[in-house]
Amino acid sequence: MRHWLLPEYIEDVLPADAWRIELLRRRLLDLFHRHGYRFVIPPLLEYVESLTTGVGRDLDLLTFKVVDQISGRLMGIRSDITPQTARIDAHLLNQQGVTRLCYAGSVLRTQPSGMAQTRQPLQVGAELFGHAGIESDLEIQRLLVQALKLVGVEKPHLDFSHVAIFRALVTHAGIDPVLESDLFAALQVKDTSALAEMTAGIDKTTREALQVLPSLYGGAETLQEAQRRLPQYAEIKQALQDLRRVAHALSDMEVTVSFDLSELRGYRYHSGLVFAAYAEGWSGALALGGRYDEVGLAFGRPRPATGFSMDMRALIGMLPPIEEKRGILAPYREDAALSRKIEELRAAGEIVVVELPGHEAHRAELGCDRMLVRRGEDWEILPITQG
Amino acid sequence: MITIALSKGRIFEETLPLLAAAGITPNEDPESSRKLIIATNQDDVRLIIVRAADVPTYVQNGAADLGIAGKDVLCEHGGAGLYQPLDLKIARCRMMVAVREGFDYAGCVRSGARLKVATKYVKTAREHFAGKGMHVDLIKLYGSMELAPLVGLADAIVDLVSTGSTLRANHLVAVEEIMPISSRLVVNQAALKLKRQQIQPIIDTFAEVVHQKV
Repeated sequence: MRHWLLPEYIEDVLPADAWRIELLRRRLLDLFHRHGYRFVIPPLLEYVESLTTGVGRDLDLLTFKVVDQISGRLMGIRSDITPQTARIDAHLLNQQGVTRLCYAGSVLRTQPSGMAQTRQPLQVGAELFGHAGIESDLEIQRLLVQALKLVGVEKPHLDFSHVAIFRALVTHAGIDPVLESDLFAALQVKDTSALAEMTAGIDKTTREALQVLPSLYGGAETLQEAQRRLPQYAEIKQALQDLRRVAHALSDMEVTVSFDLSELRGYRYHSGLVFAAYAEGWSGALALGGRYDEVGLAFGRPRPATGFSMDMRALIGMLPPIEEKRGILAPYREDAALSRKIEELRAAGEIVVVELPGHEAHRAELGCDRMLVRRGEDWEILPITQG
Repeated sequence: MITIALSKGRIFEETLPLLAAAGITPNEDPESSRKLIIATNQDDVRLIIVRAADVPTYVQNGAADLGIAGKDVLCEHGGAGLYQPLDLKIARCRMMVAVREGFDYAGCVRSGARLKVATKYVKTAREHFAGKGMHVDLIKLYGSMELAPLVGLADAIVDLVSTGSTLRANHLVAVEEIMPISSRLVVNQAALKLKRQQIQPIIDTFAEVVHQKV
């Protein structure tokens, strides 16, 4: 048994990547902060009921559980920070107007997920509570585009959908929950042949609408096609209207936009616009988000809500490496002039590494390209000569 | 660049006409070439040759944009993170439960007996018997499932049946169809969003050919 091996899908982040992640995390939080999003640090674990209700309803099997030795109750290790922010908004802040929150922290999942195939994503996100209109959706989407550019994703692509379309079809046709969940699963993978079988017994309008839904993806023409081919229910009209408005409003940003009306990720708790960010070179979604009104009800206070989150570990894998800053090597001396010089350099933002006695042979490991050398009373910086 | 993942043998043979309709011709025959990446007459389209069961994995992770995989393989894989927009209706067969001649399968089901079932398709078999409310012990095998009931390793097998001649030769009978099998076009989700201009014509052409045949 090799005791130092890590469990599957759990990994260390080693110096170069760890520092990049930390730099990006800081920049993102600064960006959110400048937009008025207040930073929160929810706990790593809490009672499982509050993690897996509302926006966390799909998370039960993904959540690691432990028994609390103090209360004897079951606790879950968070697998998503979004439900925690919803709880904070519903109960702790007691704001009647709009609450903007942001967060950055590790979550654990029982199964690997996402592009990084990790069980410990580093989730960074922003959530906006208390406003039901499309204006807050747009604020969140604009913030996401800025966040992606900030971390170095040059040409982000946003893919939009609206869960009200499928929900309207299900409600108007009175489809039972079992069939609804089968239809949902088939739509998610665009399995048109399974859909054809499942919809055999449903009325013609709904059947045709459900069968055309998987092919309603693409650019702006998708919305016209949807308008023509989907039933004229008020909810569907409104949803298409929202989608058009979003595409129009984002046209001033450097982002490409598409639609996929059968995309229903998080259908059980999402209530309106949902979106995913993609980019050339990435094999999956970089960030996910959408509207989840009503879920605050699980915490006793229904509040409109919208937000997005992304996994820094997945992002870091594809971003170009940043040049690591080289340091200045200083000898070990009990010398006041040297100590002063080192402090000055560090205050100016330089990396100064002290070479401890007896380790001159391993100098190259320290990543320095310059060194401090004594010149009379003073210390001077000279390049380290190779060899 | 569009990468299409295919497996050798029947699926490859039956995919060639579809590719031809889309104007894509492989430069080499995978049966005779040892190359795993095969260029085509189109500069921006290449084929990769992988094991049938690996096709969904390559496509899911974006190592290939498109792939062709049997429904049997997709059911075992789970299909998460993939689009399956088209039933190509090629490489058709059936996923069946089969037992030794004379074995009273229906009686076992009625009496709630606990059966030993040998299969390569563990997930499919588990879901099928769970759906019937039957308890089974699954034995994972990698090939020659037909042998298992003959030598007392299992009471039943779950396997693909196309003509049934292997079953007959080994005195087995198919007693239950789990599902019809055919090959599906699978598409990476991000690729469909980002490379739609290149991928959509291929999907449309395949769909046309499939509909013409029916």
